[in-house]
Amino acid sequence: MKKRTFVRTLVGAAVLAAFSGAAYSQQVIKIGLLATLEGPFAAGGADGMRGAELALKQKNGMAGGKKIEIIKASSDAKPDVAVNATRKLVEQDKVDVMVGPLSGSEGIAVKNYSKTQPGITFINGSSGAQATTLVDPSPNFFRFNTEGAQWMVGLGEHALGKGYKKMYLISEDYGFPYSQVQGFMASYCAKGGRIVGKSWVPLGTKDYSSVIAKIPGDIDALLVVLGGADAVNFLTQYEQAGGDKPMVGGTITVDQTVLNFKGKRRESLVGTPSAGPMADSLDTPEWRKFVADYKANFKDGFPSPSLFAYLYYINTRAALEGLDAVKGDLSGGQKKYREALQKLAFKGPAGEVKIDENRNGVGTTFITEVVKNADGSLASKVIKSVPNVSQTLGLPKAEFQKMGLGSRDVPNCP
Amino acid sequence: MSAAEWRNAMNTGAAVPRPRRGVSAPPVSGGGAEIGERRIRRALEAIRLRHVIVLAALVVYPWVATPFLTFQIGAQSLALGLVALSLTFLGGYGGMISLAQMTVAGIAGYMVAIFGAASAADTAISLGWPWWLAVPVAIAVATLAAAFIGWLSVRTEGIYTIMITLAVGVAFYYLCLQNYSVFNGFQGFQRVNAPVVFGINWRDPLAFYYLALFWSLAGYFFVKYLLRTPFGIALQGIRDNPRRMNALGFNVTAHRIAASAAAGVLAAIGGVLLVWYNGLIGPGSVGTSWIINILIIAVLGGMNHPIGAFLGAIVFVLLQTFAIDVIDRERFNLVIGVVFLAIVLFSPDGLLGLWAALKSRFARSSGFSTPRGGIR
Repeated sequence: MKKRTFVRTLVGAAVLAAFSGAAYSQQVIKIGLLATLEGPFAAGGADGMRGAELALKQKNGMAGGKKIEIIKASSDAKPDVAVNATRKLVEQDKVDVMVGPLSGSEGIAVKNYSKTQPGITFINGSSGAQATTLVDPSPNFFRFNTEGAQWMVGLGEHALGKGYKKMYLISEDYGFPYSQVQGFMASYCAKGGRIVGKSWVPLGTKDYSSVIAKIPGDIDALLVVLGGADAVNFLTQYEQAGGDKPMVGGTITVDQTVLNFKGKRRESLVGTPSAGPMADSLDTPEWRKFVADYKANFKDGFPSPSLFAYLYYINTRAALEGLDAVKGDLSGGQKKYREALQKLAFKGPAGEVKIDENRNGVGTTFITEVVKNADGSLASKVIKSVPNVSQTLGLPKAEFQKMGLGSRDVPNCP
Repeated sequence: MSAAEWRNAMNTGAAVPRPRRGVSAPPVSGGGAEIGERRIRRALEAIRLRHVIVLAALVVYPWVATPFLTFQIGAQSLALGLVALSLTFLGGYGGMISLAQMTVAGIAGYMVAIFGAASAADTAISLGWPWWLAVPVAIAVATLAAAFIGWLSVRTEGIYTIMITLAVGVAFYYLCLQNYSVFNGFQGFQRVNAPVVFGINWRDPLAFYYLALFWSLAGYFFVKYLLRTPFGIALQGIRDNPRRMNALGFNVTAHRIAASAAAGVLAAIGGVLLVWYNGLIGPGSVGTSWIINILIIAVLGGMNHPIGAFLGAIVFVLLQTFAIDVIDRERFNLVIGVVFLAIVLFSPDGLLGLWAALKSRFARSSGFSTPRGGIR
């Protein structure tokens, strides 16, 4: 059917294509699934799709008594491409519910697009920009996962507990790290910690020598909010320059590439704290079942589900649970479905999943530390969990609004 | 340069004349009114049935197609085609393959976002000028930038022009990525929407399609017209033999810079349309992938007629949108690549070359010959 649509369109018989979509939407509910299968996050996007498929497989491809059909689309982490792909799913393939996209700026763009399609419900994939639900939120855009700033809540206190009173920040220069840094600094600064300097580097920076030269000697630790490959580059060069300060990592800093780091500083990585909405080493029955299901279903997947797989999983599962709640009834501009989504709460693999009045996730953040296994390999271990983290980072709403969204200069405590 | 070299250059130029319609000299006799009348008559005579059909199809298209096909396929193809047209004009008629055309378009788009009304909630950078001020200023800035890029690259030839314009494009990409005070870095600008004018929301698929169609037709006829002016003819002469044109007293440098600026106007208009189409602009919109995409569109369509840019854009957009349906999962880029490869492999002149080949085959089999060769 899709192939036919393509051929028809090619020959220009556009009229026919208009009818092909609506024909059998009564028995089947179509869910559009958007992730990045190209570009820098291609591996993450593929795993996100696995997470979404897993959620559907656990329900045997059914929700609300109807068969669920997933139609996939791809972007390359660019907002314009993401909107094009979403528009195709919504307007051409006539999906009823959208799940996606993957990255922050895509999320903001898709949220803006969702306002032009009030009849469709949009559910986030794994994007984590604060502004998506805090600035000009869209009534039909739901995000069941927590975002970048929430993922760092509690890490500030933890760093203070380790005696890191003065820190220096090295971070990538775009929205997601801004949020992460804010999540860390909000409580860290309030409790008396100081970030004496900030270095914002472009995404994908290879040479950190100028940054390393700027790191003052009298700090207790470094706050490193860099993606995996960037983090390894930084670590290698910091080591070569003779640096020896301990490190606190962002959510995507301490991943497998960093844990497999082979340099001399490998030993000093032990004890590096980090935080996130999930942790590989989580030891709850729900998480163990999730990992077991993931491994059983996807032989070509990662050894353990990635952050993207987890986030797509909970968002897709929320979409399906919502359909169950209304028994597949999407009539009346999906009004009932949205009310059901708003009230939805279920126990996900890593804690309770529910949303606030801006339709943004309220959930658990896990503080982890790098530990050394008996066989010498490094792994991250859950130290504690912070439940019910809201988008205002545990602050009263007015106080959070006074601080504003995270940016290069917000918050600040030199 | 020695006299022998001169003679050699002149002779090779003369020995390999490039057959091109449009280079023929206009008639010189007669008064002004007579010339005007004759020109109109000639223009009417040039209209073929296929021109009427294509124009009618373009006008009727949004009324039969879904809003999605109107907006994403139709309008996007037209906007991208306009940017590619600027490259076709420069490359096909000026002999300068400039990879910076998407950069010029991006500059125009960024200027619309910076001067005009991107949403104030996202950034404090936008000045919030009304559209009738922001858009002309944006196009003017982009045209100046295009002239500057032309001035930079004008003394180079062939692959060196490609290299220097690619360098300019990549440099602009990194400027956008790393400058926060003007270009807002990685995030760029969101919600850069087409304005509401005369009570029409130009962001609506139908209105935006006609806006894009109008400017695409304007750009197309502008190029067609420009190619028959003395300037255009001199430009094609420069493409074929710059030394000889120089010897004839034409200022080669000035012609090339002027061509860059003229192409810049087209790219800038395309850029404004693109930023309104996307509703946003960021470094990704001017990155290397889009720089290359414009080249792909131009080559795919064929660079020896202005219509090629739009044909290429239509095929490109259709593939980008629907390839994932033909072959599901992660392999759809393979389809796009294979189609591009096949077209370029079997027809070095792109889709226009295929059309010409088909036409000559059809003409041969049906037994009548067309006196007008080529695809014009």
